[in-house]
Amino acid sequence: MAEVKKNEEPRIGVFVCHCGTNIAGSVDIKSVVEYAKKLPNVAVADDYQYMCSTPGQNKIVEAIKEHNLTGIVVAACSPRLHEPTFRGATKMGGLNPFRFEMANIREQNSWVHMHQPEEATAKAKDAIRIAVAKAALLEDLIPKSVPVEKAALVVGGGVGGMQAALDLANAGITTYLVEKNPTIGGRMSQLDKTFPTLDCSQCILTPKMVDVYRNENIKLMTYTEVEAVEGYIGNFDVTLRKKARGVLTTEEAEARGYVGGGCNGCGDCEGVCPVIKPNPFEVGMAPRKAIYIYHPQVSPLLYTVDFDACVKCGLCVDICGDKKAVDLNATDEFVKIKVGTAILATGYDIFPIEQKTEWGYKRYDNVITSLEFERLICASGPTGGHLVRPSDGETPKRIGFVLCAGSRDNTGVGKPYCSRFCCMYSLKHAHQIIEKIPGAVPYIFYMDIRSFGKMYEEFYYRIQNEGAKFIRGRVANILEDPVTKNLHVNAEDTLLGRPVDVEVDLVVLAAAIQPSAETERTRRLFGVSCSQDGWLLEAHPKLNPCGTTTAGVYLAGVCQGPKDIPDTVAQAEGAASAASIPIHLGEVELEPYFAQCIEEKCAGCGMCVNLCPYQALSLVEKDGRKVMQVTEAKCKGCGTCGGFCPGGAIWMQHFATPQIIAQIDAFLLGGEQ
Amino acid sequence: MADENWKPKILAIICNWCSYAGADLAGGSRIQYPPDIRAIRVMCTGRVDPLFILKAFQDGADGVLVSGCHFGDCHYLEGNYKAAKRMFLLKNVLKNIGFDDKRLRMTFVSASEGAKWAKVIEDVVKTVKDLGPSPFNELAR
Repeated sequence: MAEVKKNEEPRIGVFVCHCGTNIAGSVDIKSVVEYAKKLPNVAVADDYQYMCSTPGQNKIVEAIKEHNLTGIVVAACSPRLHEPTFRGATKMGGLNPFRFEMANIREQNSWVHMHQPEEATAKAKDAIRIAVAKAALLEDLIPKSVPVEKAALVVGGGVGGMQAALDLANAGITTYLVEKNPTIGGRMSQLDKTFPTLDCSQCILTPKMVDVYRNENIKLMTYTEVEAVEGYIGNFDVTLRKKARGVLTTEEAEARGYVGGGCNGCGDCEGVCPVIKPNPFEVGMAPRKAIYIYHPQVSPLLYTVDFDACVKCGLCVDICGDKKAVDLNATDEFVKIKVGTAILATGYDIFPIEQKTEWGYKRYDNVITSLEFERLICASGPTGGHLVRPSDGETPKRIGFVLCAGSRDNTGVGKPYCSRFCCMYSLKHAHQIIEKIPGAVPYIFYMDIRSFGKMYEEFYYRIQNEGAKFIRGRVANILEDPVTKNLHVNAEDTLLGRPVDVEVDLVVLAAAIQPSAETERTRRLFGVSCSQDGWLLEAHPKLNPCGTTTAGVYLAGVCQGPKDIPDTVAQAEGAASAASIPIHLGEVELEPYFAQCIEEKCAGCGMCVNLCPYQALSLVEKDGRKVMQVTEAKCKGCGTCGGFCPGGAIWMQHFATPQIIAQIDAFLLGGEQ
Repeated sequence: MADENWKPKILAIICNWCSYAGADLAGGSRIQYPPDIRAIRVMCTGRVDPLFILKAFQDGADGVLVSGCHFGDCHYLEGNYKAAKRMFLLKNVLKNIGFDDKRLRMTFVSASEGAKWAKVIEDVVKTVKDLGPSPFNELAR
């Protein structure tokens, strides 16, 4: 335990920040400072325009020396923002940084009581009184340094996950790239062209997939999911579930003694497999066998048995012959790895747009989603790149695009947010049909065209000039002509102020996106929060968009919120950079909020041992009786043990019972009665 | 019902990762709510010893709010479950001694629920205002 300086008379310095007018606009700073000066144990109280500025911090440094202070209180913004700053200043002044306490008078005061200056001022005084009471009891604490495992984990093998893994690997870090599907590539591999450059998606993606596959530092684990996560930054113990693939790699075959065996991707097995089911890669529009590759450009080139569909007839085993690559008795395997940091890149799914019944998806043959459009227009897709109407296989000439299909939707059925890339890909779709189908006319029904990226607005103008028809209005409903299967798109043209009814051959819904199905489970394993829409929550929306509140866990790509490919790749590189820092440092400091046992009070009942979610506590023999012992490296400082101990024998560093009671007393008994 | 000018003393003990962040978000979004709450930050609601709450009531608090992460979202896996259990028991204890257990509330507000935080505070303040000053208030003085 840190040494408590006994009998030391506390001398606290209080510093009140104006934050320009952010605080001073509602809180009477002068009155607060005068009040603070009279509080018990306060040696000096001062204020400054911006406490976080260099002169502001210097005030703290100088006051510590001048008044021989034992504790510092800064009343300013949230400790979640500037606690590290002021801890630094406290340290510069020669005090232990944990002798600092913050009173939040901005986020939880001036900003939420903007028109109640009297109440805000009274609340600020209380907050400072509470903070001073705690500061008087704060003790020196020494953070614990722990070594960082020189390996990283990336969950999700889409373009974001691949980029993050490549960056980490190229920085010399062993990187486990875990992907639930049999191949890496993610959503981007399903796309035909990318906006606004019209690059072929696969053409720019496959080199990256090959890079990932060949990189010696990347341990690529496809068809694998994260099963369990234990530990903390620097030392995550992760259990991975390698799903039963039923097909052996060359290495796995050799390990079983089949030299020269293993899957070489010849595809003979697929030829003989009698089972047919819809191919999810083609959004169900093409068949797939029970033994399959996801798409022609998969990496690794390795077949997979779909055990939900397989009837175990054994034809594939027979035709594979001496390669002995197929094992129909395979079971899931569990692999344990240890990593220092982890990046989540779990991506997105398409919102089930059939829930918006007014547009008739899954009811009308000729209403498709934009992902289905991508596959139909793609040369490697089920139609070889010929866009056809599902109802009759004819080439559509008039195509309606419904934007914001389920996005920006406050009806409760759709999603309130903007899915961010639908405008742009719909413009691209319009371009593609104009290019591919002579005489085709795209009708784009939009609320706003959000073309905010580099060269995006220019692309929008280009599509306008190419002859796409833009109708500003949300589509009210779509009705099918039962004979022709043509569709009537009904909307209000808000620019002309009149209803329109456009007959088209095909409707493409730019469906909203939502977090992928695995996101919720994965985030809970890593202890990462999510926003109300289920997107993973970054540590700070502006200043820490790649980090999370769990130290050592970072975010890349759409799992953090809708974004297009350039933004995903940029964030992935940011996340990789952030994730590499602790690894390159070699050790990280843990906040020393550990539990400590006050052995004189401990009765050895062991209640706390079972409460600890981290198995950090144990009972040991000491002087002929049992007492609790804390393993500091395992303790995360939640205080669940301390909140329960019937004997009050647990000292939670920095959140000790006397410190919290002092805060309560200061609030309720110490004020102006 | 107490008179309109009466300002209740309400203590909030809130966890660092969810409710404190949610309260910060309410601030960042400038969502206005009643100024009758004083918050103490702990790392996890699991840290909340029932003793703290009893001490607060003994000191004359008119209400106590304990707010943590949603179930399944706890930064420390399960601290909020344990806190919820303790608060449930404590409410029963308070009821048994004839103290209105509505003065103690446990809520779950995530880091992204600034608006919910404001609603919770409005609701807690209204509840306490309707109940009037704590019967211990006089004793505490």
